[in-house]
Amino acid sequence: MTVLVQPMPWLRTAAFSIAIRAGVDVEPRDLGGLSGLTCEMVQRGAGKHSSRDLVAIQDNLGMDRSSGVSVSTSNFGASMPAESLKEAIELYAQIVQNPHLPEDQLEDARMMSLQEIRANRDEPTHRVMQTLRQMHYGPVLGRPSNGTEEGISKITQSDVREFFESHYHAGESIIAIAGNVDSTLAYQWVEDSFGQWQSNPVTDQEAASGEGGYEHIHSDSSQTHIGFAYRTIPYGHPDYFRMRAGIGILSDGMSSRLFDRVREQQGLCYTVTASCHSLKQDAGVFGYAGTTPERAQQTLDVTLHEISHLVDDLNEAELRRWQTRIQSLLIMEQESSASRASSLASDYYQLGHPISTEELESAIEALTLDQVREYWKAHPPGDYRIVTLGPDRLSNPQDSHTSSVN
Amino acid sequence: MPEFRETTLSNGLRVAAEIDSRGYSAALGYFVQAGSRNETDQQSGLSHFLEHMMFKGTEKRSAADVSRELDELGGQGNAYTTEEQTVYYATVLPKFQDKLVDLLTDMLSPALSNEEFEVERKVILEEIAKYEDQPPFGAFERSMEVHYGPRGLGRRVLGTAESIRAMTASKMREYFSTMYRPDNMVLAATGNIDFDGLVNQVEKLTISWNSRPDVSSVGFQPDDPQTLPDGIALDHHLYVPDLHQSYLVRIGDGPSESSSDRYASRVLASILGDEGGSRMFWDLIDTGRAEVATVWPHEFTDCGAWFTYLVCSPDDLIANRKQIESIFNDVALHGVTDDELNQTINKASAGIIMQSERPSNRLFGLGSRWLTNQEHLSTDDRLNRIRSVTVDDVSSAAKTYFDGGHFNEIVVSSEEK
Repeated sequence: MTVLVQPMPWLRTAAFSIAIRAGVDVEPRDLGGLSGLTCEMVQRGAGKHSSRDLVAIQDNLGMDRSSGVSVSTSNFGASMPAESLKEAIELYAQIVQNPHLPEDQLEDARMMSLQEIRANRDEPTHRVMQTLRQMHYGPVLGRPSNGTEEGISKITQSDVREFFESHYHAGESIIAIAGNVDSTLAYQWVEDSFGQWQSNPVTDQEAASGEGGYEHIHSDSSQTHIGFAYRTIPYGHPDYFRMRAGIGILSDGMSSRLFDRVREQQGLCYTVTASCHSLKQDAGVFGYAGTTPERAQQTLDVTLHEISHLVDDLNEAELRRWQTRIQSLLIMEQESSASRASSLASDYYQLGHPISTEELESAIEALTLDQVREYWKAHPPGDYRIVTLGPDRLSNPQDSHTSSVN
Repeated sequence: MPEFRETTLSNGLRVAAEIDSRGYSAALGYFVQAGSRNETDQQSGLSHFLEHMMFKGTEKRSAADVSRELDELGGQGNAYTTEEQTVYYATVLPKFQDKLVDLLTDMLSPALSNEEFEVERKVILEEIAKYEDQPPFGAFERSMEVHYGPRGLGRRVLGTAESIRAMTASKMREYFSTMYRPDNMVLAATGNIDFDGLVNQVEKLTISWNSRPDVSSVGFQPDDPQTLPDGIALDHHLYVPDLHQSYLVRIGDGPSESSSDRYASRVLASILGDEGGSRMFWDLIDTGRAEVATVWPHEFTDCGAWFTYLVCSPDDLIANRKQIESIFNDVALHGVTDDELNQTINKASAGIIMQSERPSNRLFGLGSRWLTNQEHLSTDDRLNRIRSVTVDDVSSAAKTYFDGGHFNEIVVSSEEK
C-alpha cells in the first residue's frame, strides 16, 4: 500500500482517499456490477460493528463520506474535523479488510443497484454518455460502473466473497491523507491499521478496443442530446498538457470557444462542453451538447468544426487565460483537504508518483502557444464516436466529409 | 476568526463582509431582491432571463469582453435566480479583488441590446427544454404551482416557453429599472478581502445607480387571478412516456427564514431523511425499495415548505408512500430519541465546519441573509444554534409539521391516468 500524506496545518479538517485495484475492469464478463455491489456490501458491517453501528460512528465522527467504483479502482473517501482522522482510518481499515459481507443483506444491496440502473435510464444525458463510453473504450473498459440488470441479477454471495478475496488487498492500493495532520503520526496510524494487510499481484489491464461510429437512440425527448468522443493521450503522457491546454481553450470558462461560439454567439444550446478523461492505458476527449431537435444537426456540425479548427486562429491570450484559471484552481485547492486528498490519490494512481502543486503549476506555466499548436497539428481530432438521443437521427458529419472528398 | 464588517453606501447599497485575511481566495457577489415571485404573468421568467443578460455586455464592455475578463481573473464565476433573489458571484485570488469588483459592478448596468436579447431568448428556451427532459420532469415546479397557486411563490423561475417567446426587451428594461435599485441589493464578500478598499471603490462605481429612471409608476399590467398564466397547468399527475421509475413530490407547510423552529426542523429533516443513516434511509434506501426517499424544509422569507421526494419502481410507489407516511406519523406521535439527536448534531456541526472552510461556500448564506433580514450569523453562531437544539424542540417541530396538515402531491409516471 502506498501512503501519501500532505499536512495542511492552516485547516480545521482532514480527509483521506483510499483506492483499491478492484474496478469494473476485473469483473467477470457476465457479472457486470459485481465491483459496485461488493463496494456496497463491504460497508454493511465490518470488524465488531454492524451496518448501523458503522453509520452511527461515522456520523458521530462528523465524516462526510463517499464511495464508488471506477474502471480500475474501488474508492472510499471521507473528510472530517481533523481530530476524527485517527478513528476514521481505523474504521475504514476494518471495512476494507474485515467486512462481514452479510449474506442476508445481499438482496437489499442488489435491489439498490437495480434502482440506480433504472434511474440512470430515465436520465437522457447519462444514457448518451454511457453509450458513448462503451463505444469509446470497448466492451470491457467501457462497461457501466453500476453494472447491467442481467449481471446484477446473477450475482451470488460466493461471487461477492470471491471478488472481495481476489481484489481487496494491499497490492497497488493507495491511501492519500491531506489536512491538519502531523505526517509522522499519520504514517503510524496507517501502519498500525493496514500494516498486516496482505499484498497480492494485480491483474494486468486490458487494452481499450473502441472504434469510431455513430449510434442513435430514439426518444420523444424535448431536446436532442448529443455526445461525442475521440481518442487522445492519457494524463501522465509527456505531451498531456499540450493536448489539455487545447481542450481548455475549447471548453474551460465563459470565453472558451465552444461556449462563446456555439452558445453565446448563436444561441444553439444551453449546455456544450468537452473534457478529458484518462485511464492508465488510454484516454478520451468526451463532449456533450443538448439542443432542440430542429437545431441538433447544426449544433453537432458547428461543435465538431470548432474542435477540428482549433489551431486555425489560436492566440496567446486564450492560452494565458487558461493558465491563470488552472493556477487559481490549484491555489484554491489549498482550501480543501478533501479535494487535495483526492487529487493526491488519483495523481499517484495515474502517474506512479505524487505531483506537488508547485510542480503542476510550473508545468502549466511553461507551456507555449507553439507547443500547443504543434501538438494539435500533429494529432488532429478524428475518428469520432458519436451518440445522439432524441426524436430524429442526425447525419454523421464524418460521413458527409468523406463523401464530399470522394 | 473571520471578522464581520458592514456598511451602507450613500446610494443605499448595503455591503457586508466576513473577512479572513489568511484565506487563499476572495469571494464576492451581488444579491438582488428580484425573483420569480416578484413577477407578473407578462414578466414570467424575466428575473432569470435578466440574469443571463447581465453577461451580455454593458456600455463599456461587449458580451465577449465580459466573458473574457471573467476568465482572465481565473475566477469561478456564475449567477443564479430563485423565487426570491438573483445572485451574481465569483471567487478569485485576492490580488484580483479590484478588477473583479470593477467587472461585476459594471455588469450590473447591462446594455440590454435587442440583438443580444434575441440570441439569449433561444438559450433560455433551450434551458427550459433541457429541464423538461431531466428527472423529475418539472415535478418540483408543479408542486409549488399547485401549493401556492401559479403566481407569487408558485411562479416558475425559468418562466414558460410561452412567456419567454412573448417577452420583449423593453419589458425587460422596465423590470430592470424597477428592481435593480441600490436599496434593493447587497454586495457580499468573504475570505481574504480588503474591506475599506472595496467600500471606496464601490461607492465611486455605483454613484449613478440611484439616477436610474424610476418606472415603477408606469405600473405593470395586473394579473387576472381567474385565469391560468400561459403554459401553466395544475394537474397533480404528470405523464412522461417510457419511464423506468416513478417520481413523487409532496409539499406541505414548513418554517420560514425567521421561524424559531427552523434549526429544529433541519435536525428533524436529517433524522428523517438524510442519505446514509436516517429513518427513511434504513427503511427504504438501504433495503433497495427506493432509489431516493428523503425530506427537507425549504425556507422562504415569509413562509416555508417541507418537501418529500420519492423515486422508485412504479410498482412500489403506493407501498413506499405508505411507509413514508407511517414514518411521519410515528415521529409526530413519539418524537425523536437522544441518540438520534446527538448523532445528527455531531454530523451537522462537522458539516458546518467543513463547509465554512471555503470562502465561496460562506458567501451565499451571508449575502442572502443580509439582503432579506439584515442579519449575520458567524460559523460559531450557527454551530451554537444547531448544538442548542433539544429533543423537545425536534419532537415539537415534528408535531407541528407532520401531524396531519395540508399538503399537495405530484406524481410523475408513464402510467396514463
